Amino acid sequence: MEPVLRVHNITKRFGTNVANDHITFDLYPGEIHSLLGENGAGKSTLMNVIYGVYGADEGEIYLNGKRVDITSPKQAIDLGIGMVHQHFMLVPPFTVAENIMLGIQKELRLDIKKAEEKIAEASRKYDLRVDPHAKVSTLSVGQQQRVEILKVLYRGARILILDEPTAVLTPQETEELFVTLDRLKKDGVSIVFISHKLNEVMSISDRVSILRRGKIAGCIDDLSSCSREDLASAMVGRQVTLGVDKPDQKPGDDVLELDHISVRGEGKQDVVKDFTLKIRAGEIVGLAGVDGNGQSELIKGITGLLPISSGKLILQGQDMTGKPPRAFIDAGVGHIPEDRHKQGLVLSMSVKENLFLETIQDKPYTKAHVLQKKAINDKAKELMEYNDIRAASPEIPAGSLSGGNQQKIIVARVLDQGPKLLIAVHPTRGLDIGATEFVHRCILKAREEGCAVLLVSTELDEILELSDRIAVIYEGECMGIVSDKEATKEGIGLLMAGVRDQKADTATA
Amino acid sequence: MEILGIFLTSDFYSATIRLATPLMLAALGGVICERTGVLNMALEGMMLAGAFFAYLGAYLFNNAWMGLVVAMLGSMFLAAIHAFMSINVKVNQVVVALGLNTLSIGITSTIFRLMFGTDSQMAHCPGFKTLSIPVLSDIPVIGPVLFGQYPLTYIAIAALVGIHWFLFHSSRGLELRAAGENPQALDVAGVDVIRIRWIAVLVTGAFCGLAGACLTLNGLNTFYDNISSGRGFIAYAAIVFGKWTPLGATLATILFGAGDALQLRMQAMNFDIPYYFYLMMPYLVTFLALVFFMGPSKGPAATNTPFVKDKARKRSARRKMGGN
Repeated sequence: MEPVLRVHNITKRFGTNVANDHITFDLYPGEIHSLLGENGAGKSTLMNVIYGVYGADEGEIYLNGKRVDITSPKQAIDLGIGMVHQHFMLVPPFTVAENIMLGIQKELRLDIKKAEEKIAEASRKYDLRVDPHAKVSTLSVGQQQRVEILKVLYRGARILILDEPTAVLTPQETEELFVTLDRLKKDGVSIVFISHKLNEVMSISDRVSILRRGKIAGCIDDLSSCSREDLASAMVGRQVTLGVDKPDQKPGDDVLELDHISVRGEGKQDVVKDFTLKIRAGEIVGLAGVDGNGQSELIKGITGLLPISSGKLILQGQDMTGKPPRAFIDAGVGHIPEDRHKQGLVLSMSVKENLFLETIQDKPYTKAHVLQKKAINDKAKELMEYNDIRAASPEIPAGSLSGGNQQKIIVARVLDQGPKLLIAVHPTRGLDIGATEFVHRCILKAREEGCAVLLVSTELDEILELSDRIAVIYEGECMGIVSDKEATKEGIGLLMAGVRDQKADTATA
Repeated sequence: MEILGIFLTSDFYSATIRLATPLMLAALGGVICERTGVLNMALEGMMLAGAFFAYLGAYLFNNAWMGLVVAMLGSMFLAAIHAFMSINVKVNQVVVALGLNTLSIGITSTIFRLMFGTDSQMAHCPGFKTLSIPVLSDIPVIGPVLFGQYPLTYIAIAALVGIHWFLFHSSRGLELRAAGENPQALDVAGVDVIRIRWIAVLVTGAFCGLAGACLTLNGLNTFYDNISSGRGFIAYAAIVFGKWTPLGATLATILFGAGDALQLRMQAMNFDIPYYFYLMMPYLVTFLALVFFMGPSKGPAATNTPFVKDKARKRSARRKMGGN
């Protein structure tokens, strides 16, 4: 059989950085071919080259055996290639119909009624349920993704590229997506599925190609003969063991007590509503939930960055409600923020300076408002060695480091202060397997030392692996707290989707 | 209570519409540009250029309509600089506008002096006359207010209807709005964002040309330094106040026009107040309107962010052309 799509020797450079290095990749009709690789391995770049968003510096693309030169997304669409980007390419204030019609209508007059009818018909045909009349900004992430897929199919795509489609979905939505993909495959659509999640790749793919640092590190035709570990090792380029070692441990006294707290977001409404949670010393509480359900606001409330509109926040027996952020740091709250570029680091400042962002005003680093160079340099050196922060020198800007090393700066800074409460928000987002292992070890070590840990993550696997108890947040409310022994992916998934009763049913059943 | 009497005369409303016309044309043009995600604070400079070139064209060709054509070309020249700097070179759009506004004052005053000297004897050009629309202008009250205006007012009203239809009922309008909300989405939908933005900025220039022409050709028939005196900024405020819709912006300009009309009439009443206070009024109305009646306003999401397209795309396009 001839491949529908064949890329041959594609090279794409950004400045001196080679994102794709002579990549060759085939896609056969009616198959799901996964592209597996860590963040920064060059998966998205390759797909953007195929879709005409980027131009390749070298190499050719063949479609059904014929050489094509794709210089714009429009051309890709005309050739029957469709792509669902990791960050959805939708216009939020537009309706579903307007988004789908965007760019495909030649005639000037836009008959939105007629378009809506046609889209409703297509939506039934592909069984992708969306209301053509709904505004995209009001849709859930899963629904938005359906709009994206429908948009692509409506344009007549026979090759579908999905860039990290499950990153933003609940486990149930992921299941639904997989059902859809299977059906499309049977209809003869060829699918490229991009992911770094091993389980998903194992369950959905016919074949897997592994991308490592811009190069193809292998292509596996028969998945039944290999294990998750094999894939992970191929992805990283060295032997890895998956899973963490979490010793049993009895938790101590309450460290953090959230007593029916509400937090207001940017608007006037409460984004976190009546949230109650206790975290004990030496215990990791995972906070699971789909992104944007009030996690950010809750964390900002607990760290003093947003005022608490009602309820009480008690830290080690002390009422901290309404205290400023500095008071929280002084009281021993360590915070690994969700966005390391915006909240965690000052990218243009040096590694050394970033290591002291929170402690620079303390002795022995500052005496009588004068910085103590020697004390600072010695400490910086020690922290960099201990945490294996790989930087050419402590003086280079933090922004020039890899994501993993940047995160290590933050982890080093926070844990060195010996926090009583550690708040780790998406601590491994965008990190490679090595750095992820390191961060997980650090969090477990903090737990061992009697630190109370609140772990916020959208990666359910991470939460299940590390947590002693799991709280689920949905639309700012606490849907329930489950111990790690009772927790199942399905049960948590339902709570994440806001289904409370069903969980109770399964618990009693 | 003499002041209240003002509101009873149809003359006041007629003046409101007349004074609102330049603001309306500039604001309508500005909406187009703003909706594609190009911040246009240069309305003022383009309007001033329009005013001068309208005068110049009308003077040289001895025809007011030719003045309009030259006005549009003159403003579009500035708009082209704006487009090139903000879309291609990707300079901060506020800075570009700041430069253009200053440049415009310099260019217009310099050419004016070079051609007409410095003496105060002002050279007059042919201008427009009010054009009463038969039948319609005979309707009591509304007739003289709406249908006894200068031709540019009718053009403005037609533009309002046309732009509204274009933005909200045509597929090109949909694309235009998408360029301002999420240009990446438009790009992957296969539409050329750069092209849309260029055209929009140029069209805005043309409208500012018309707006400027109102200042010189509607009765005044001459030009003086900085004749636009901030009206372009008021037009910008009208866009924000009108939440980036043609209709909203128009209503806002009518409010500001009314402020202007009111101050002119109050000046004539000889209260014992320096006339500068009256001159201040339209600006004060603008300010108060923006501060108190507005609330948080959100423009197009991609405002002031240049669209960056991968350079290698152009390269391979050229390679393809060479190959054929």
